[in-house]
Amino acid sequence: MKPGRFGEWGGRYVPELLVPPLAELDQAFESAQADPAFRGELDDLLRHYAGRPTPLTLCRNLATDTPARIYLKREDLVHGGAHKTNQVLGQALLAKRMGKRRIIAETGAGQHGVATAIAGALLNIPVQIYMGAKDCTRQKANVFRMELLGAEVVPVDTGSGTLKDAINEALRDWAASYADTHYLLGTAAGPHPFPTVVREFQRVIGREARAQILEREGRLPDIAVACVGGGSNAIGLFADFLEDEFVRLVGVEPGGDGVATGRHGATVSAGSPGILHGAFTHVLQDGDGQILESHSVSAGLDYPAVGPEHVHLAKTGRAQYVNVTDREALAAFRELSRAEGIIPALESAHALAWALDEVRRTERETVILVNLSGRGDKDLELVRSELQRKSQVL
Amino acid sequence: MRRYAMMFEKLCAEGRGAFIPFTVLGFPDEEQCFEHLKLLARHTDALELGMAFSDPVADGPTIQRAITAALAAGATPARCLRLVARLRERCPDLPIGLLVYANLVVHPGIERFYGDAAAAGADSVLVADVPSEEGEAFSEAARAAGIAPVFIAPPNADDCAFDRIARLGAGYTYVLARSGVTGAEPAACAPAEGLFNALAVRKAPPPVAGFGISTPEQVRAALAAGAAGAVCGSAVVERLGALGPGETRHEAVTAWLDTMRDATRAIRGEFSHRPSSRRASPSIP
Repeated sequence: MKPGRFGEWGGRYVPELLVPPLAELDQAFESAQADPAFRGELDDLLRHYAGRPTPLTLCRNLATDTPARIYLKREDLVHGGAHKTNQVLGQALLAKRMGKRRIIAETGAGQHGVATAIAGALLNIPVQIYMGAKDCTRQKANVFRMELLGAEVVPVDTGSGTLKDAINEALRDWAASYADTHYLLGTAAGPHPFPTVVREFQRVIGREARAQILEREGRLPDIAVACVGGGSNAIGLFADFLEDEFVRLVGVEPGGDGVATGRHGATVSAGSPGILHGAFTHVLQDGDGQILESHSVSAGLDYPAVGPEHVHLAKTGRAQYVNVTDREALAAFRELSRAEGIIPALESAHALAWALDEVRRTERETVILVNLSGRGDKDLELVRSELQRKSQVL
Repeated sequence: MRRYAMMFEKLCAEGRGAFIPFTVLGFPDEEQCFEHLKLLARHTDALELGMAFSDPVADGPTIQRAITAALAAGATPARCLRLVARLRERCPDLPIGLLVYANLVVHPGIERFYGDAAAAGADSVLVADVPSEEGEAFSEAARAAGIAPVFIAPPNADDCAFDRIARLGAGYTYVLARSGVTGAEPAACAPAEGLFNALAVRKAPPPVAGFGISTPEQVRAALAAGAAGAVCGSAVVERLGALGPGETRHEAVTAWLDTMRDATRAIRGEFSHRPSSRRASPSIP
């Protein structure tokens, strides 16, 4: 089989010029994984800088009227406010190891950009972040955060001016700059080896959660659930459960206004096979193969492609992909805030919304592990205006 | 595919290289584009035509803008191929190459895409985001349809990549004059001679240089380094874009095209020095 395939999905569909830098990254990653000094430095950063291991929190008030127990894997407590930091630290150390003197990255809502800017500041590497011009306007606070951390933010006004265009621009930069620049891709998508690199650096989520739940429950969870945009927090949660076939894995995609409206980002469950940003995967596209814009209240899930391994897991039946609308995610956002004193990221609220719905359906004792991939501070303005728009009062 | 072989044979006899302008099909709209194609066809050896795709990662600002304009004017793959068919009707011997992105090929199905391209009269297809390591299926389907699969030879390729590019490619080899994306800026330097030698010893299809070529001097430099021709994209698109609708005074554009084409001429001496890097009858199936 060709490298970087998950079944038939994945691959390395990039201009020939980008094959050597991707091969270089692949080799550097393999050698770093086998190097105890590299692992040691990364573990040290994860522990003493990022705040790992993160807690596993049993919900005290949610679902208490059901036979289910919901556990939250608290990636919202990772430095930077989301799971993004886990893999950014890994890739930034790799960049240093490869002797790169500059890092570029794309960002949608700004979370991956902020995480990359954090790593750049910590490890003393200049960082340039490509961000859709529309997103720059929508996420002013994160633009300021990145700049405060010393990164340069480059607005991208081509195409739709959103995440996919920011990725296009980062790839264009890299085609000229690969000799001294690392492209720090933000999710488990894109060309090989990114889906594998990102999964391995995010695997820590599932590894910790598996040990924690074994300790607390004396058994594995019945269900592990995570939201899926590009799919990095989900693949990080799933990776260590893949062999445990009785653990049901559920990826929750953004249903936006509802999949039937066409305004959504449910790529695995409602997209179709295609090639975007270097991978053969599922994409949202029109009848001619032009890529469509996705829609979600959650900017972090707003992406018209998805990591190829998720498509493989869906096609083989190992994981199941469902979707949750903007409205349902907003309801879960409020519910967790009120019931448990935890304000989740809107992304993570999608996973929670599905879990809450599931426990209301079940009559058996069920242990559900929800990846709470990020905290919701970044979403406060948006949620306030959405709730006002729907004339609901907090 | 034979049109490329015939062109290189003829040019070799004349002691020149190929000048191959590029534009985006459907830019700025279907009818103006057809006028542009007719104009270009009269002043070139071959044409390279881009199919508008929503996410053109290998293209710089000029061609991106042209693609956006074409899509806004309603360009679709079917309409693009209709333009090719109309051009083919007028120019039975002109080599016509298509430049596309992978999703436009896999979406209708690889076989069907190449079949449709052949039916429209295209001679070659270059898929910008399909490198040689992913190129096997594309090359096979192209050849089965009678289309020459063109691959890119970048300055940073290793021996394995050169082997694959030589084995899978036909028609011509697109040699990158520099890294980066398409566009007049930064300007190309002449591609490294090592690149041409690597292709020549593997009997790869004739090398044509592209990326950053916008002046006659750069055409000369590329040919002196060993190229059998030069593709010029952004500089052409910029000039075509400056023509208003219904514009009849094309003199400035055609004069410039002729200067570029003439620049492939001044290499007679070079030609005889390097027969190996410019084979007249390449390995075309």
